[in-house]
Amino acid sequence: MTIQLTHFSAAFVFALFASVVFGITHRDTTREMVRYGLYCFAMFLGGALVAGWAMWLVRR
Amino acid sequence: MANSTPVKTKPAAVAAQPASMMAVIAPAVGWLIPGAGHIIQKRWIRGALLLLSIGSLFVLGLMMQGHIYKANGGDILDILGFIGDLGAGGMYILTLALNGGQGAIAFAIADYGTKFMIVAGLLNFIAVADAYHIAIGKKP
Repeated sequence: MTIQLTHFSAAFVFALFASVVFGITHRDTTREMVRYGLYCFAMFLGGALVAGWAMWLVRR
Repeated sequence: MANSTPVKTKPAAVAAQPASMMAVIAPAVGWLIPGAGHIIQKRWIRGALLLLSIGSLFVLGLMMQGHIYKANGGDILDILGFIGDLGAGGMYILTLALNGGQGAIAFAIADYGTKFMIVAGLLNFIAVADAYHIAIGKKP
């Protein structure tokens, strides 16, 4: 069984799961875990989007 | 006058703690099954989320026809890939046993799959360290 993800959906899935693990392992309380997980998710996905647009600008 | 200087003792916080059996079992079980190190210490939700996240990354990597590295001792990048894959523990052993993870170079997304599996293993290393910290009482 194979699966074909687009580049963005692959980045989304990666950011989601990595953020969950980072949140759980890097903070002590539940509230801090959720906040840090959301922060990591935003940074992962935001970083990918910014890098994508930066490469688009460089290519022009 | 020989013993006039005060003897310095270690603070209670840095005193050596007795090694418990859980400090050995939790990381070992957590390596074999992602999240199990947390589950056996009654951190049910954390363990379930770790299992779901790391397991999903690894399985998605396989489904994207990613390549799994073996201990061949060749190229340095292959060795690093092997170390990352090895972190997935039981999933890595099972995949090797079932002859999976052959990899497909025909399309680019397979390379993402390879990276997904490596990252799943590396994230499991972090989860194992976290399970150990819980076992020794360093983390709630």
